Amino acid sequence: MQRLSTKLILLLALCFAGVTPASAQQNPPANAELLKRGEYLARAGDCIACHTAREGKTFAGGLPMKTPFGTLYTSNITPDPQTGIGTWTSDQFYRMMHDGRFPDGGLVYPAMPFGSYTKVTREDSDAIYAFLRSVPPVKQVNKPHELTFPFNNRSLIIGWRTLFFNEGEFKPDPTKSAEWNRGAYLVEGLGHCGMCHTAINALGGSSESQAFEGGLIPMQYWYAPSLTSNKEAGLGDWSIQEIVDYLRTGVSARGAVYGPMAEVVYNSLQYLNDEDIRAMAVYLKGLAQGSSPDKPPPAIPSAESSLLLSLGKQIYDRDCASCHGATGLGMPPHYPPLAGNQSIQMASAVNAIRMVLNGGYPPGTAGNPMPYGMPPFAQRLSDDEVAAVVTYIRTSWGNRGAPVSARQANELRTATLK
Amino acid sequence: MLACASCHGAQGEGTSDVYFPRLAGKPAGYLYNQLVAFRDGRRKYPPMNYLLEFLPDDYLKKMADYFASLRPPFPEPAIPTVSDAILARGESIVKNGDAQRGIPPCASCHGPSFGGMEPAIPGLLGLRASYISAQLGGWRYGTRTAAAPDCMQIVASLLTEDDVKAVAAYLSSRPAPADPSFAPQGSLPMPLACGSEPR
Ligand code: HEC
Ligand code: HEC
Ligand code: HEC
Ligand code: HEC
Ligand code: HEC
Repeated sequence: MQRLSTKLILLLALCFAGVTPASAQQNPPANAELLKRGEYLARAGDCIACHTAREGKTFAGGLPMKTPFGTLYTSNITPDPQTGIGTWTSDQFYRMMHDGRFPDGGLVYPAMPFGSYTKVTREDSDAIYAFLRSVPPVKQVNKPHELTFPFNNRSLIIGWRTLFFNEGEFKPDPTKSAEWNRGAYLVEGLGHCGMCHTAINALGGSSESQAFEGGLIPMQYWYAPSLTSNKEAGLGDWSIQEIVDYLRTGVSARGAVYGPMAEVVYNSLQYLNDEDIRAMAVYLKGLAQGSSPDKPPPAIPSAESSLLLSLGKQIYDRDCASCHGATGLGMPPHYPPLAGNQSIQMASAVNAIRMVLNGGYPPGTAGNPMPYGMPPFAQRLSDDEVAAVVTYIRTSWGNRGAPVSARQANELRTATLK
Repeated sequence: MLACASCHGAQGEGTSDVYFPRLAGKPAGYLYNQLVAFRDGRRKYPPMNYLLEFLPDDYLKKMADYFASLRPPFPEPAIPTVSDAILARGESIVKNGDAQRGIPPCASCHGPSFGGMEPAIPGLLGLRASYISAQLGGWRYGTRTAAAPDCMQIVASLLTEDDVKAVAAYLSSRPAPADPSFAPQGSLPMPLACGSEPR
């Protein structure tokens, strides 16, 4: 029966072959289930976040991506034949995802995360392809990139590829569970988590040997913590449920997402199903196992730092304790705890300083549609006060962060808000 | 709404910072349009653009309804710092417009007593002069845009710097409206079409 209907479809396709354009010939009509799977996988890959401009048409591209080398504009990936990818075959699409090459063999800038997508299976790539062919075509010519010399020369990408690009589909680890492997596939592949959570070097590459070790995201001035170490993200100490909550709803008993991570949850992770989020959590928890937090620094406060601390405590009690609690316990999940929160004790104090300056809301998600927010303090606290209160939360209640200076606070004050 | 209170006041009444506007009692549809515009970057003020970036429509609607429902007292009207002649010029523009230069009366959309109109035209009282001129400037320089056709962009670009100063001084010197309710939808002439206000 099944074979029969497949044959029928083939026959039908052959009948129409004479009248349909060449591109459609190679791509038999997709079924609803395939389209749904493709849509889901496109969510997991967060294609929409980059390929849709603010208030722009979905998948029509044009979003500016600032890099230290200039601005890149994302491409139109709707099926419009002239300005989108309407004439691409599934082979050409797979080549782009897997090998970072245009149909004519030209090299793609790694801002398109093919370095991660290379792990995606051919089957999944085909599903995403089928889905993208089903979205409304938009006629919108791609904006040319504005890169400085010599980065405007695509042949330079060869150097980057030699250093940082390892082509190859995901290979399951037979010694690990199916769940772990599913998580690894999503995190390393479609999720392209390493794009932010790995130190970016001067060439704009994330290096494989330091995968998931964390780093400052250039131009955005947010620090993506290491996912491999308990000194930073510290997921080794979280329960699976806490990681699941964090990734899917944006809030958890241990902390809330903010900055660029809020975008990831808002556009991508909140749409993933229970099994996939759990699998990611299992994999992430495993990554962080085996390293233990740093020993507390010797507690011999200098005269200055104790002054800083008493000013910090004053500000904390006045401006922060109403939500985060007098002893930093917060009111989870809505007001995250600060005591024992790894996210504010990392060597890099960038995130804690920016939270105080800019405030923020976790993303509104299906699991947490009306998140509680934190007010910005940039307009109310001086650089000294910001430094004092951040030093206070980094070093109180057993927290082991280092003090921060007014200069650090000042530098981030001028960091651009998008 | 605690995250908003530090700039807009606990009741949305505004704060002593002359640039932070009152929210309370404005039409909910108007407030909602502003929140969406900030979230999507059409109206620019980086701290608010940032706060609202990942909040869904439903939540923004609830925020708008909340502030629209509050009725804290209005601030004392500003004591004008400009000459009577300038105030009179401001009054004349807002009430009668300037037919020669094609400027429609502000009252034709914002209401004869400037209370606003349901669902999306705000009242113009209780705002500070510097806020009003900043908004009119925003439309002229493109940092504030409303749904197309953006009638306020047309109105603002017809005004000179001096007009803006006069209008802002006059409006901010008016006492609070005796009756803080809005004109019903469709009850005012509206000489231009506005994308945000269905006719
Ligand atoms: C982090 C941002 C980012 C994400 C996420 C992303 N892309 Fe891209 N993509 C880009 C950029 C930038 C380019 C342009 C690269 C260039 O010009 O070399 C691009 C180019 C492309 C192109 C080439 C189109 C053309 O004609 O130029 C395709 C196809 C594509 N992306 C598909 C996808 C798919 C499918 C996903 C999700 C699975 C995705 N992208 C996710 C940034 C992104
Ligand atoms: C656009 C950059 C970006 C991408 C892509 C990204 N992250 Fe993040 N992530 C961040 C930043 C910045 C932080 C720190 C802010 C915070 O804690 O919310 C963070 C924080 C986290 C944390 C919390 C660590 C802690 O202890 O507080 C986890 C877990 C995490 N990310 C997992 C992931 C996973 C899984 C993916 C891929 C699906 C991913 N991230 C993709 C930028 C990113
Ligand atoms: C009105 C309640 C409120 C007040 C007051 C407040 N916060 Fe927050 N804080 C929050 C909320 C809600 C979040 C989560 C925000 C997010 O995810 O974007 C948060 C997040 C944080 C974070 C990031 C922690 C994490 O894991 O998400 C830090 C650090 C922080 N606050 C410090 C402070 C300091 C210091 C003050 C005082 C100067 C303060 N907060 C005042 C509500 C508040
Ligand atoms: C850092 C201070 C600050 C914070 C915090 C803040 N706002 Fe604002 N808000 C402003 C300023 C300044 C403007 C005027 C911006 C402009 O020039 O367009 C404004 C404008 C508005 C407007 C448009 C008012 C009008 O009459 O057009 C609304 C609505 C609004 N804010 C709502 C909120 C809500 C809701 C929150 C909390 C989620 C919030 N704001 C948090 C400073 C702030
Ligand atoms: C054709 C109708 C129309 C006319 C005439 C008009 N307005 Fe408006 N005005 C609007 C609409 C609609 C809005 C709301 C725009 C939005 O959604 O952002 C508005 C908003 C405003 C605001 C923003 C208020 C705030 O709280 O931020 C100011 C200020 C303003 N108008 C002043 C004026 C002045 C001064 C005049 C006369 C010179 C005028 N308007 C004439 C329709 C009009």
